[in-house]
Amino acid sequence: MAKFEIPVLSEEPAEDVPGIAVNAMAHSRPFVAKPEHNAPLGFPGALVDDWQEKALGRMGDLLKRFRSLRVFLDSCVKCGSCADKCHYFLGTGDPKNMPVARQDLLRSVYRRYFTLPGKMFGSLVGARDLTQDVLEEWYTYFHQCSQCRRCSVFCPYGIDTAEISMAARDIMDHIGYGQKYCNEIIAKVHKIGNNLGLPGPALSNTLSGLEEDVLDQTGHDVKFPLDVEGADILLVTPSADFFAEPHVDGLIGYAKVFHQAGVSWTVSSYASEAANFGMFIGSYEQMHKVSNRIRKAAQDLKVKRIVFGECGHAWRVAYSFLNTLAGPWDFLDPNYPVPQHIIEFTTDLIRRGGVTLDKSANAGMVLTLHDSCNVARGARMGDQPGGQFVLPRELIKACVPKYVDMHPETTHDKTFCCGGGGGLLTDDLMELRVKGAKPRVEALKQVMRNDGVTHMASLCAICKSQFTKVLPYYDIDMETVVSIHGLVSKAIRLGTNHV
Amino acid sequence: MSFVTVAYGVVFYVATVVLVVGVFNKVVQFARAPAPLKIPTMPAPLTRHGAAGRVAREVVLFESLFRSDKWLWLFAVMFHAGLLLVLLRHVRYFLSPEWGVIWDLVVLVQPFGLYAAFALVGGGIMLLGRRMVLARIRYITSPSDVLLLLLILLIGTSGALMTFVVHTDIIALKQFFVGLMTFSLNPLPTDAVLLVHLFCVAVLMIVFPFSKLLHAPGVFFSPTRNQCDNTRERRHIAAWAASLESDCGS
Ligand code: SF4
Ligand code: SF4
Repeated sequence: MAKFEIPVLSEEPAEDVPGIAVNAMAHSRPFVAKPEHNAPLGFPGALVDDWQEKALGRMGDLLKRFRSLRVFLDSCVKCGSCADKCHYFLGTGDPKNMPVARQDLLRSVYRRYFTLPGKMFGSLVGARDLTQDVLEEWYTYFHQCSQCRRCSVFCPYGIDTAEISMAARDIMDHIGYGQKYCNEIIAKVHKIGNNLGLPGPALSNTLSGLEEDVLDQTGHDVKFPLDVEGADILLVTPSADFFAEPHVDGLIGYAKVFHQAGVSWTVSSYASEAANFGMFIGSYEQMHKVSNRIRKAAQDLKVKRIVFGECGHAWRVAYSFLNTLAGPWDFLDPNYPVPQHIIEFTTDLIRRGGVTLDKSANAGMVLTLHDSCNVARGARMGDQPGGQFVLPRELIKACVPKYVDMHPETTHDKTFCCGGGGGLLTDDLMELRVKGAKPRVEALKQVMRNDGVTHMASLCAICKSQFTKVLPYYDIDMETVVSIHGLVSKAIRLGTNHV
Repeated sequence: MSFVTVAYGVVFYVATVVLVVGVFNKVVQFARAPAPLKIPTMPAPLTRHGAAGRVAREVVLFESLFRSDKWLWLFAVMFHAGLLLVLLRHVRYFLSPEWGVIWDLVVLVQPFGLYAAFALVGGGIMLLGRRMVLARIRYITSPSDVLLLLLILLIGTSGALMTFVVHTDIIALKQFFVGLMTFSLNPLPTDAVLLVHLFCVAVLMIVFPFSKLLHAPGVFFSPTRNQCDNTRERRHIAAWAASLESDCGS
């Protein structure tokens, strides 16, 4: 099935640290963006002639713009506390996938051109010239980081390799050496409004199709409104929710919850995407531009609230950055947080007795939860720290007869990335994705074996796509992965106790 | 005045200036660099006080390191606690009993400081050993990492040697440093161990602002640790980012 070796799983998760295999993943690199992918984002079409000078110039700009970059490049003591925490290192053994070594790819150049000892002593202090080889190494290994932030949890100075990867990708974009997958997608958002390039009419068809399906199945006239001016709630959800499995079950779940809550809501064809790939390429400007589509949609449709669907990195940008990028939200109803997560919405409704959930609809299912990395370490839900762990579990437990957590070293803020985050969910990185999933799959297999777990819920479009594709490599059925609101969709009793 | 006294006087003036100016510059650079986005590693405290507490726990208890690697944590605590106590003990070479309460504290710390050298050297040796033995740590080690550890080990062992084996003329030494602080030069004892000890200290002071020793000020400025989680309640925007606002039409 694969042209590469599938990692051998260990019985006990999170204990198996590989020996180092130098250059084991040196061949893994995604397609380089072509001029037509770069132009819509305002980046040079192809590698510019004076790329070295431009790259250093951009690095200097970023050092002035981002305290994180400056402090992180100066403060690492090479203690290696982060070294065995990255799923890509654990899955591949390539030492350049140790977070500290990944940072050093950029740090060595920083030291060479921006610090005194680097200028004077060179390699003695780990400094390197920015050569073509170094650039190729950047391209290779900064596209083997899913910006999951697990390394930052364990670093005594909180050094977040995601910040370094973002800066490196931004530098590469500025010299015309960006990644096709991300840039192509961002261009689609600018032009059409979502990552998939699904235009308004197609969206409208899909949504009315869903209305018919739900009516057939339940006898209830659950609406899937599009571009309805004056609706209370603007739903912003990852575009995968519009058609892919198991994502779409989640969308049906949201619609049923809204229906049951008796609120009016709408999707916007202009801002029909929760994801913001601007973060992956480390571009504040691109993130800003993508985010402001949501602001415009909210204003045009005169909504009162914004609710986000299930998506990990989208929720990070929404929760942590949206107010900065596209606020202030003073035109929305101040009684609700902006933005709100659909899981916050639904759990709140449950607590107020607004919905009845019937676990027997999911009889036979034993669930576990994959905490999505960007929800876990990049955002929050509810009003307490750690609500992002509590609310999804509470919701799942309300929908299914049995719930089991995976190994504690692999959940909550220690969760592993699915292996496909951060702009790596592309077929040209299949080997990396399969290997990067190893730590998660080990923990999943353990609960499947010991506790009879049948399904793993996820609250992120990337995780869902990644797992459905990658789990079969490890002999796990792709249908093991479910949307949290897919569970809600089955369990919810329509037409009972309206609030 | 002997050549050695003059030379060491000059070296320590230079080292002090480099250390103070260098670290001050870095701190200003860290502090001035804007943090355009809120990036605390979640879950994070909801208030600024909470975030200050989080940083304090990192500084005092090495909290994140503890979660990561218990052995490394132990070596690092030995090393740093040893260093701190040894430094506190050295305060007596610069102050006099007129300092009242502070002097009392310095006196209080003496017996601990005495043996802290063993923690410092022991911890340092373990840290160095780890760099040699563990393949993945060896991979990320550059020569400067080893040299810095050796330098500190040399300082620690030469210091301990003078405390326990070959005592130096501590009265004269104190007069030398008190003299430097009042810009007058008193003769420095010239036993080899002391000269090595002091020279290494001066080197350490000079490399401090240019090396990874910047983790000491850096930890206070790390946005993933010192930011609180309140983005939905308060809008956070950096000056350079605010200039983008005009071109989004709202
Ligand atoms: S952010 Fe995640 S993928 Fe990137 S280096 Fe850290 S642990 Fe690895
Ligand atoms: S844990 Fe932090 S300080 Fe230690 S090597 Fe990793 S990034 Fe550097």
